[in-house]
Amino acid sequence: MPNPDSHSLPDQPLYRNAPGGSWTILHLKNLWGFRELLYFLAWRDVKVRYKQTLLGAAWAVIQPLFSMLAFTLIFGRLARIPSDGIPYPLFALAGLLPWTFFANAVAGSGQSLVGNANLITKVYFPRVIIPCAGVGAGVVDFVIAFIALAGLMTFYGVGPTWRVLMIVPLVALTVAAALGVGLWVSALNVRYRDVRHALPFVLQLWLFASPVIYPSSLVPQKWRWVLLLNPLTGIIEGFRAALFPQKEFDWTALAASAVITLALLVYSAHVFRRMERSFADFV
Amino acid sequence: MKPIIRVENLSKQYRIGDARAPYATLRERINEIAGAPLRRLAGRQGRAARRQTIRALDGVSFDVRPGEVVGIIGRNGSGKSTLLKALSLITEPTAGSVELYGRFGSLLEVGTGFHPELTGRENVYLNGAILGMKRGEIKSCFDEIVEFAGVGPFVDTPVKRYSSGMYLRLAFAVAAHLRTEILLIDEVLAVGDAEFQKKCLGKVEGVAREGRTVLFVSHNMGAVTELCRRALWFDAGRLRSDGPAREVVAAYFAQAYGGNHKWERPSPGEPEGGEEKPVWLRSLRVRQQDGTEAGVVPFDQGFAAEVEYEVKAAAAADVSVVLRVVSESGTVVFISRDTDAANGWRGKARPLGLYASACHIPGNFLRPGRYFLTIGVARGGTWLELNENVLLFEVSSVGYPLNPERKGVVTPILEWSTRAAGPADEGGITATARRSRPDGTGINSHE
Repeated sequence: MPNPDSHSLPDQPLYRNAPGGSWTILHLKNLWGFRELLYFLAWRDVKVRYKQTLLGAAWAVIQPLFSMLAFTLIFGRLARIPSDGIPYPLFALAGLLPWTFFANAVAGSGQSLVGNANLITKVYFPRVIIPCAGVGAGVVDFVIAFIALAGLMTFYGVGPTWRVLMIVPLVALTVAAALGVGLWVSALNVRYRDVRHALPFVLQLWLFASPVIYPSSLVPQKWRWVLLLNPLTGIIEGFRAALFPQKEFDWTALAASAVITLALLVYSAHVFRRMERSFADFV
Repeated sequence: MKPIIRVENLSKQYRIGDARAPYATLRERINEIAGAPLRRLAGRQGRAARRQTIRALDGVSFDVRPGEVVGIIGRNGSGKSTLLKALSLITEPTAGSVELYGRFGSLLEVGTGFHPELTGRENVYLNGAILGMKRGEIKSCFDEIVEFAGVGPFVDTPVKRYSSGMYLRLAFAVAAHLRTEILLIDEVLAVGDAEFQKKCLGKVEGVAREGRTVLFVSHNMGAVTELCRRALWFDAGRLRSDGPAREVVAAYFAQAYGGNHKWERPSPGEPEGGEEKPVWLRSLRVRQQDGTEAGVVPFDQGFAAEVEYEVKAAAAADVSVVLRVVSESGTVVFISRDTDAANGWRGKARPLGLYASACHIPGNFLRPGRYFLTIGVARGGTWLELNENVLLFEVSSVGYPLNPERKGVVTPILEWSTRAAGPADEGGITATARRSRPDGTGINSHE
């Protein structure tokens, strides 16, 4: 138990609250001190998500699986969209996995600040933990869904190569991209509740702007650069290259994705830091 | 000695318009921006009037030394809660600064972050983490927490199945085991039953004895004078008085006497909430039997709490005016609604108009002491308007015939009716039997 006698008081304040200035001293160190809270909040989100459901965590598999079936029927069979020589169901699922992860993470972290208003108005901790936990909770779903993909690959007799290791940095990049969007959206949502209405709609459009249903090779060379502005292009195509031997890594797309993600993250973190001081007054 | 908390010239402004609609929609922003030149041309004041600001805190400065237990008192809206929010880094001040030279834990609400679907055990860990405890810390005092809360057998049951008492006890138990140098506590001790409150106050006392620094907001003046050596009195966002707890509390009461045996709505008719309220309270006063308005009434005389209100819209039959009498120590002595009695407003709709209504409180009933009056309007179980502790009055011991030590929330002088019930046979035995049944009405003993 700390014995707060005057000798042990630090010369510099541990915390300082003043307008405009830095919200807390040693912000990063502070953040590290709260890593357990990040874990607990993510754990709570996971734990609560499938409480009192019949199918439980199976939902993490059902969602991408049924989308894959629908896409296979409509785009694979009826519209005959090419899939770079990969069986269309595999092609679609390999794209849907990172996409579903990204979309759920953005939606989850976007709503997270408003959803945790009671925490924001009553307890202090670095606010950035809340949207981070929203993204973190999605990782569990992703892992479960990945097992389903592994099953489907076995069914089609597609074996993994050493390139499957690239999944790890790709997931990290997806997390960063989701955070880059999620931080910004969550902060904006505190001020403007329009976000809640716009977000599902924007994510739906974003799905079609990403090479989930179609390969990016389908887009004419002249317009390929537009696709590269979307950080998910590099990620999704990267996933397929990591899983299927028929496909090569597109390092240009990956580099573009990494650069744009980083820029997004820096911008969002900046906006978040500027707005977080007034969250409790507006949420 | 060096202070552990240093507050300098702290101010916090809120825009009233924002307080009413805490978030703007994009459309409103666009309207506002697009309409700005037009408004400037027309010179309309509408928007500007809504943009008035209130100062929740206004140039507050004080230091707290390590180990001090400081009570923060003041009426609702005087800035106490805003101060705690600024101290616990939840809200950013408009001017001035707060410096904390130690780890702090804040308890602005019991059970922040509790999730109904999670079990007691899971919530203890989650809540502990939210309050800033390390997992190891929680683990080491987990049994202690469960024991303090008395929820042992239910620790693996989702808390949504808990009774509200169990829920509160568990939530407080977690916070009570915070091991920070500074503890900031809002009026959380006002929840729960009397026994639980006692337990909580005991815990705060224990924390204070360990030499940690405690700031706590309370309306319970008894608790403030008992637990704190120092008190801060806030009034309209300013630090009005800072000194020994007994003196500050006494001054607070004295001020409440001064002009406050009458309460009036600051500006009648001005809407406060977003919802249209059918009944508007205008004033509340205490009037003695002889017709004088007074802050002090003798024990043995009845008096009236007079309410003036206006019915602005057709009020449904389930709307009632509610009067609450709270003792100085925070105990609710009674609550009365004007729909309670069959010959009152029960089940009746009120026609529009202005009303003056009086709640008659009998003499020989309230224990001599100070009481707070709360006046509100409720529809069923929800408040349409609530003005807490707006008025203070004293029941003096004039005409109080009893021992001051007599126990009881109220000290009514009740009538006893006695009649002779025949001659006593073998008086000794009957007397004994009667004594053993003090509330019995039986005439003959069964023995």
